[in-house]
Amino acid sequence: MAKTNIVAKTGNEAMADAMRQINPDVVAAYPITPATEIVQIFSGYVADGLVKTEFVPVESEHSAMSACIGASAAGGRAMTGTSSQGLALMAEMLYVASGLRLPIVLADVNRALSSPINIHCDHSDTMMLKESGWIQIFSENAQEGYDNMIQAVRIAEKARLPVIVTTDGFIISHGMERIEILSDEDVKNFVGEYKPEQYLLNSAAPITIGALDLPDYYFEHRRQAAEAMKEAKSIILDISKEYGQKFGRSYGLFEEYKLSDAELVIVAMGSTAGTTKVVVDELRASGVKAGLLKPRVFRPFPKDEIASALKGAKAIAVLDRSDSMNGNEGPVCLEVKAALYDKGLAKPVVDYIFGLGGREIRLQDVEMVYNDLASMLKGKTFDKVNYMGVRE
Amino acid sequence: MKEKETKPGWKELPAGGLIIGGGTARDFKTGDWRSNRPVLIPEKCISCLTCWMYCPDSAVIVKDGKVVGFDYDHCKGCGICEHECPVKGKAIKMISEKEAKNK
Repeated sequence: MAKTNIVAKTGNEAMADAMRQINPDVVAAYPITPATEIVQIFSGYVADGLVKTEFVPVESEHSAMSACIGASAAGGRAMTGTSSQGLALMAEMLYVASGLRLPIVLADVNRALSSPINIHCDHSDTMMLKESGWIQIFSENAQEGYDNMIQAVRIAEKARLPVIVTTDGFIISHGMERIEILSDEDVKNFVGEYKPEQYLLNSAAPITIGALDLPDYYFEHRRQAAEAMKEAKSIILDISKEYGQKFGRSYGLFEEYKLSDAELVIVAMGSTAGTTKVVVDELRASGVKAGLLKPRVFRPFPKDEIASALKGAKAIAVLDRSDSMNGNEGPVCLEVKAALYDKGLAKPVVDYIFGLGGREIRLQDVEMVYNDLASMLKGKTFDKVNYMGVRE
Repeated sequence: MKEKETKPGWKELPAGGLIIGGGTARDFKTGDWRSNRPVLIPEKCISCLTCWMYCPDSAVIVKDGKVVGFDYDHCKGCGICEHECPVKGKAIKMISEKEAKNK
C-alpha cells in the first residue's frame, strides 16, 4: 500500500493541495467566499514555484471558466474553483465546456444563492446546474474532497466531460480535519500525463472548435453528451476502484452505510451524511434497523443502482439541502422517487428540505427523521415535503 | 427520413462539435444566399486583378494570371468586384439571380 502522510487540513487546504499535486497546466479563477482560499493557497504554490501552472487572475467567474475553456481546448489541463454566485456567473460557460466535451475540473464549495445574500452552505448552487452536462461528485468531508479531486482529473479526461467536485461551504471548507494525503509522486503517477486526441495547438492535425451547429447538428451533439454521461458511470467506478486498490480508500457511485438490512433509510449527500452515520450507529446500538444511502455521484445519477440498494427499505427519508421551489420535492428526492417508481418499488418516501443558508443540522434533527420513519410504519401520515429546522 | 441519408447520425459525428481537419471552409457552400451575381465580360477584362484583391470570399477565379470567372458556390453577390473594376464601362456586370436563371 502506498505511503500516506497524516496531516491536519481544512477542506480548502486539502483541495488546494490536491491541485498542487495534480499540477495542472492552467488555473484561472476569481475569489468568492467560501472557495476563495482554494485558489488563494494555490496561487501561493504558483508564486513559490511548486507547480508549473499558468495562473490567470481574471476579473470574473465568467472569464475564469472562459479561460479554462480556452486552455482545455488548446490541449492543457485546466482547473478552477468557485462557489454560489460565482458558479451562477459561470453558468453560460459551463454549458459551453460540456458541449465542447472539455475535461475541466472545478472545485465548487457549496453555498446558498442570493438573495437574500448568504455565504453559508446549502446545495442550491450545484443543483441549479444539474442539467449542465457536468459530472457532479459530492464529498462528505475534506478527505473525500481531496480524493475526489484527484480522481476527477482522470474521470473528466476519460469521459471527455467536465467535472464538479463539491465540498460543503464552511462545514468542510473551513473546518480542520485529520486527513491522509498521498505523496506527490503517487498523485503524479495516478493522474499521469494528459494526452488529448485532438487539441487546438496541434498544428499537425488542425481542427475547428466551437463552430455553429444550428438545427441540423446540435441535437446530435447533445445526444452524444448524454451518452457520454451514461458511460461515465462505469468510468467513475473503474477509476474509483483503481484509486482504492492503490491507496486504500474506495469509493463507488454512492455509499451504503449499514444499509443491507436497514428498514429505516435516510438518503443524504455531503457533510450531513457524516452526521447521519453517527445517528445510525446510536440507533443500531439500541436495536433500530437504521441505514444511510449517501449519493456520491449526483450526475450521472445512478438510478437503477440506487433503486436496487433501497429495495429492502421499509420507509425512506430524503434530506435535500436545496429546495426545488415547489417542484414539489427537492431535487434529490425527485430523483430517488423516479428511480423507485421505474423499478416498481412503491415505498413510502418523505422529503425533508433542511439547512438552507447554513442552518445547522444537529444529531437530534436526524434522529427525529428516523423517529418519523418509524412512526410512519406504524401508520402515522406525514406531508410529502417537510421543511425541517425552519421557524414556523 | 430523407435527411438521414445525407447527414450523419450522432454516433458518426466527432464528439463535441469538432470539425476535424483544416481548410473545411471550401466545403461549406455559402453562395446560395446570393440575390445578385457577377458576370464577366471577357473581351473588356484587362486582368488587372483588382476584383481578385477586393473579393471578400476569394471567389474570383484566376488562371495563368487571367480572370476567367467566379466561384458561384462561395460568391455572396456583394458586388464589390463590379464597383472596383477600373475598366471604363466595367468588365464585370452584376445581374439578378432571376435573370441568370432565365438565361
